[in-house]
Amino acid sequence: MAEVKLVELTKKFGDITAVNVMNLDIKDREFFVLLGPTGAGKTTTLRLVAGLEKPDVGDIFLDTNKVNSWSPAVRDVAFVFQYYTLYPHYTVRQNLEFPLKSNLRKTPRAEIDKKIADISKILHIDHLLDRQTVNLSGGEMQRVAIGRAIVRTPKVFLMDEPLSNLDAKLREEMRAELARLHIDLGFTFFYVTHDQVEAMTMGDRIGVLNEGSLMQVGYPDEIYNRPKNMFVAKFVGSPMVNLLESEIAGEKLIIGRREKAMECSLNAMQCKIVGRSKSKNVFLGIRPEDITISREKQPGNSFKCSVYFKQSMGVEDILNLKFTDDLIFKALAPPRLSIDVGDSLYATFLMDRAHIFDAETEERLEMPK
Amino acid sequence: MAEIVLENIVKRFGNLVAVNNLNLRIEDKEFVVLLGPSGCGKTTTLRMISGLELPDEGKILLDGQDVTFKRASRRDIAFVFQLYALYPHMTVYGNMAFPLKTQGFSKEKVDEEIKMAAGLLKIDHILNKKPRELAGGDMQRVALGRALVRRPKAFLLDEPIGTLDAKFREEMRTELKKLHVDIGATTVYVTHDQVEAMSMGDKVVIMNKGDLQQIGTPSEVYHNPENLFVANFIGSPGMNFIECMPVKDEGGNVTLKMTDVNQVIELPDNLQKIIIKNNKIDHELILGIRPEDINLEFKECKNYINAEVYIIETLGSYNIIDVKLGKYTIRVRTLPTVSPDIGTGCCIGLEMNSITLFDKKTEKSIMKN
Repeated sequence: MAEVKLVELTKKFGDITAVNVMNLDIKDREFFVLLGPTGAGKTTTLRLVAGLEKPDVGDIFLDTNKVNSWSPAVRDVAFVFQYYTLYPHYTVRQNLEFPLKSNLRKTPRAEIDKKIADISKILHIDHLLDRQTVNLSGGEMQRVAIGRAIVRTPKVFLMDEPLSNLDAKLREEMRAELARLHIDLGFTFFYVTHDQVEAMTMGDRIGVLNEGSLMQVGYPDEIYNRPKNMFVAKFVGSPMVNLLESEIAGEKLIIGRREKAMECSLNAMQCKIVGRSKSKNVFLGIRPEDITISREKQPGNSFKCSVYFKQSMGVEDILNLKFTDDLIFKALAPPRLSIDVGDSLYATFLMDRAHIFDAETEERLEMPK
Repeated sequence: MAEIVLENIVKRFGNLVAVNNLNLRIEDKEFVVLLGPSGCGKTTTLRMISGLELPDEGKILLDGQDVTFKRASRRDIAFVFQLYALYPHMTVYGNMAFPLKTQGFSKEKVDEEIKMAAGLLKIDHILNKKPRELAGGDMQRVALGRALVRRPKAFLLDEPIGTLDAKFREEMRTELKKLHVDIGATTVYVTHDQVEAMSMGDKVVIMNKGDLQQIGTPSEVYHNPENLFVANFIGSPGMNFIECMPVKDEGGNVTLKMTDVNQVIELPDNLQKIIIKNNKIDHELILGIRPEDINLEFKECKNYINAEVYIIETLGSYNIIDVKLGKYTIRVRTLPTVSPDIGTGCCIGLEMNSITLFDKKTEKSIMKN
């Protein structure tokens, strides 16, 4: 059980700054997810915490201990990798026992047996204990790998994209299992992924990382509903938020070209916010689920569009709507509306749910607190 | 542009039947997705269409012409393995010219092909830029352009975006679909990810262990799955299953007894008729229901089943709540505002007009008969 604290952490590889002045507090027993694209610095951060890399600047604390100079073994953290590393000729039980038998911790037999019984039950692998690991499915192997990491009750549990080599279907099942496992175990989890669905569904809090810098740290709900900048807005949510280039004109946003533009009325709060903006150029961010679809014009910001193409996801249709040739955006519609390609319909923007970003800085425009 | 027909295709590797008597018609300009878990035979099927693998039995027709044993290079089909990242030191033009130059095309021909593809993809204005100067969307279009320049009769794609970051993958799905809408080339696409299949395919072909499971539009395979495998594989999360048995009371009314859960549910008339017509009274059945067709309540409700909240997955625009119902974990889709404590008692109500009934023994849907 432990807190993880990163202070002004910086790590460079040659000219590349992999981690750039990172400050982060991970609470005891928290499931913290570091989310970002490939090359954002996620894995490097994790390796710094584990002691597999040394920081150039900054400090790493585990609980109240500054551990910069501690070796990985002494830090007492467990690492689960994307590629599960099991001993193929060992049984599941032998794989699980292995870390307990190391010279560092000579655990008594009875205690080993009890620990393995407990952990295998939590991970639903108790029926597999005497199987050789080569005979397991991908999901089972990953659970054994996780089991081997947690069996020695580490202080912090570091996970580097542990689900990304699994089939999509299995990944989906494992997400819920991992989230529940975290609750049952009560360990501190530090998990990195490029998949926002994993971050949103499992994380107590999420840190969004881009090019070594933390863009935003917050609860899933904050990250989704109040993204601090365009990068976060785009990275979290599927289908992706629509970002429409706009110009401020009094209490309205003009979206698209002047000859045929959408004129979008702002609510009172948004009027105040754009009133303070120095620049006239902004992006309107509106998520596909915050656009409603109807055959008739609705009151408010309702625009006539045609259906360019549609993606039937079963539970909902993703409509790609065309206002003009260069103004295309996505909206969601229930399949019962039976919307077809080429249909003409109205898209109504729920402006109370919209986000406004400065076109140049890409930062969210909002009232100062 | 081409029509591809597979007749009674069988492919064995030693004792393993990789593809078992597959019949498939891919219409001209159609986007067909071969979907299934690892080892289902989808890639082998694609390789036989391309000519990289020869079938043991059956015929392959390309525009009516038998090409079963024709060499891959003579089939005029483009096989795209992966939409790799671009060469950073080359311009967009250089990146697109690369595959043509390696095939020995003349300078004029290369130029002509690139102009054509660039026009289709609307990237003609960035041909002289380097990849790092491009916006995300443009980068993907260039990657696609590189595959497009040969103008083949048909495109075969084998998990082309599987190794990309989740976000990039989402953008690619939209780009590929849009491209297909715009140019309409016959495309056969292999994936294990049902999201890709649903969002891009005109038709989805679901395979498992070499056997065809179902062919249909995304909407058909989602709403009318022919068996348990399809019902679970399609949808995120897939369909929930509960074992049950229809029983007839003295008045001739058919109700559904849940086998492992102490509950009897009433059935609408049409379902009663289907059960009677199929002679399924007192037969073991499986009730299938989608997460969005279940209502979750935290008070006593008539005809609802008692359960307990197991884990909550927040996705921003909706939540998936896993509830424990005896031995089952049932997934329920709710509004993002529903977030009960873990372990809370709840009850679930099934939208009975949306359920699918399967025969437990054959695993096939009984809804069609």
